Amino acid sequence: MNKFLRYIGRRLALLILVLIGLSIITFTLARIVPSDPAAVYLGPRPRPEQIAEVRIKLGLDKPVYVQYAYYLRDLLHGDLGTSIRTHQPVLKSILRFLPASFELMLTAIILALIIGTLLGVTSAQKENTLIDHANRLFAVTGVSLPAFWLGLLFQLLFFRCLGILPLGGRIDIYVSLFSPIKHITGFYVIDSLITGNWVAFKSSILHLILPGITLAAYSTGIIMRMTRATMLEVNREDYIVAARAAGIPERTVVFKYALKNAMAPTLTTAGLAFASMLTATFFIETIFYWPGVGTYTVKSILLNDYPVIMAVTLVGALLYVLVNLVVDLVLVFLDPRIRL
Amino acid sequence: MKRLKKNFYRGGRLKEYRRSLHFFLKNPLTILGLAIVISLILISIFASQIAPYPEQGRGISSVKDRLLSPNYERLFGTDNLGRDILSRVIFGSRVSLKAAVVVILIVVVIGTPLGIIAGYFGGKIDEVIMRMSDMILAFPSLLLAIAIVAILGPSLMNAMIALSVPWWPWYTRLARSQTISLRERQFVEAARAVGVSNFKIMFRHILPNCLTPIIVQATLDMGYIILSLAGLGFLGLGTQPPTPDWGVMISKGRSFILNQWWFSTFPGVAIFITVLGFNLLGDGLAEALNPKRRK
Repeated sequence: MNKFLRYIGRRLALLILVLIGLSIITFTLARIVPSDPAAVYLGPRPRPEQIAEVRIKLGLDKPVYVQYAYYLRDLLHGDLGTSIRTHQPVLKSILRFLPASFELMLTAIILALIIGTLLGVTSAQKENTLIDHANRLFAVTGVSLPAFWLGLLFQLLFFRCLGILPLGGRIDIYVSLFSPIKHITGFYVIDSLITGNWVAFKSSILHLILPGITLAAYSTGIIMRMTRATMLEVNREDYIVAARAAGIPERTVVFKYALKNAMAPTLTTAGLAFASMLTATFFIETIFYWPGVGTYTVKSILLNDYPVIMAVTLVGALLYVLVNLVVDLVLVFLDPRIRL
Repeated sequence: MKRLKKNFYRGGRLKEYRRSLHFFLKNPLTILGLAIVISLILISIFASQIAPYPEQGRGISSVKDRLLSPNYERLFGTDNLGRDILSRVIFGSRVSLKAAVVVILIVVVIGTPLGIIAGYFGGKIDEVIMRMSDMILAFPSLLLAIAIVAILGPSLMNAMIALSVPWWPWYTRLARSQTISLRERQFVEAARAVGVSNFKIMFRHILPNCLTPIIVQATLDMGYIILSLAGLGFLGLGTQPPTPDWGVMISKGRSFILNQWWFSTFPGVAIFITVLGFNLLGDGLAEALNPKRRK
């Protein structure tokens, strides 16, 4: 355990270095790449005296390393800048929209892990059969589909043609008017469940289905491929062959012995898939009118709201780094063979 | 004696290639991928000859024909400016392929030499290069690309630059690990003993031996880059109208999706088939060239 704590300590120290690196890159992008950050800050056609004023306000009259120190100080105080479009602190807006995005991403990653692992295991068990080929084709399709286009097709099919699922949003308008959800966690599904608000629960689940599946498609594909590949390897190992020879039921062998060891690469892949999921939410939230960070960011991109774009980039990278850290820690717990 | 050895060496290598080719051609999905990629290249080269309405493919609108549903004359229908969608999709392949190839070339040309240098010299140089690439890899790549293109301003050129920045470190890592495994091999040591310069060892002797995994990776990345370019186009950050671009077409057709389904659907099919082709081909190459993955 002591060793484990030391490992966490070392990883956290490394994390600080990575964070400094991230801040240097976003700082470079925000302050050095644009020819005049003050003009960027003010938007189109500013007056010269405005520019002068903003230059002092942003500290642009000081040397670069002083500017970076200011930037770092602001970040440490939770100041990610102010949106040009809404004049609101960016952090506040991000925090407001984050639960919606998390709910969507969590749904997608759970879907992807379950479906991807199951398909991967079945494929490995039935190697080179029709089922295997079908699963592999399914996986490569998931990896090749543009997410925003898949979302549009789903809307066309399930909303327009079949009329069984909503077009977008998090909840029906009349539901939110007549049986509003109490705000506890910010996750509509959980909040409506623990307050026993069944109408809202049903509505929020229905609204999650299409964006959830769309977002999960890519990750499902890569998780399936990774699971299949590792399961094929694990299946050839001695202890699995021995377990089979000893007559242990196939199900126990696969799910208890083999899958446990195949889980490590699968989880690592899921951590990496989180990166593409973060950006895919931009597209999918926009397509499904999902009021999350993605929609907020895309609106900001269209209006050149630089502080928001930079802040979201930094927060996204931070989340990504944290998720990968958590995955690594879980792996250490799962697999005692990993040397610390 | 020397000549004999050389022939022997060549024979071994040829045999290995032939075996790889055999594995490559045995897999029907790989053949499908190859067929898709080849037809794509042909379509983009002969776009002006194939497209039924080449001038509309390039962007000339014809408002009287707006939003026609697919029919015998307009197989994919027309868009909101009356342009033939089939022609736009055909011309779009040119834009996508060209841009993706340029991005791949940039990242390979920047990433590979850095990786070889890092792996060959080790020590401080290695440390600096690898920490730099770690920093960039800490960002989700498309997120960083979006941020960069948002700062530089939306255009196809900037989108290509923005995609290259988060991508080169993958090739640096790949080339570095290859170089480290090659560095202590006899042919490198022999070259060093004879007094061949470091530069020449790296780029005449090590580089050619790194190329196989890099080509495989580049093929797989082509698909992902095309997807990302379409994504940037969809957000309005990539190709600017009237140049035909699949992502932009889907984005423009989005407001028409419920009634004029063909507008967004066909450009999406084009992206899907293209990316699928590169993924299948890349998988097949990886399997054929990597003996470990063969059964």
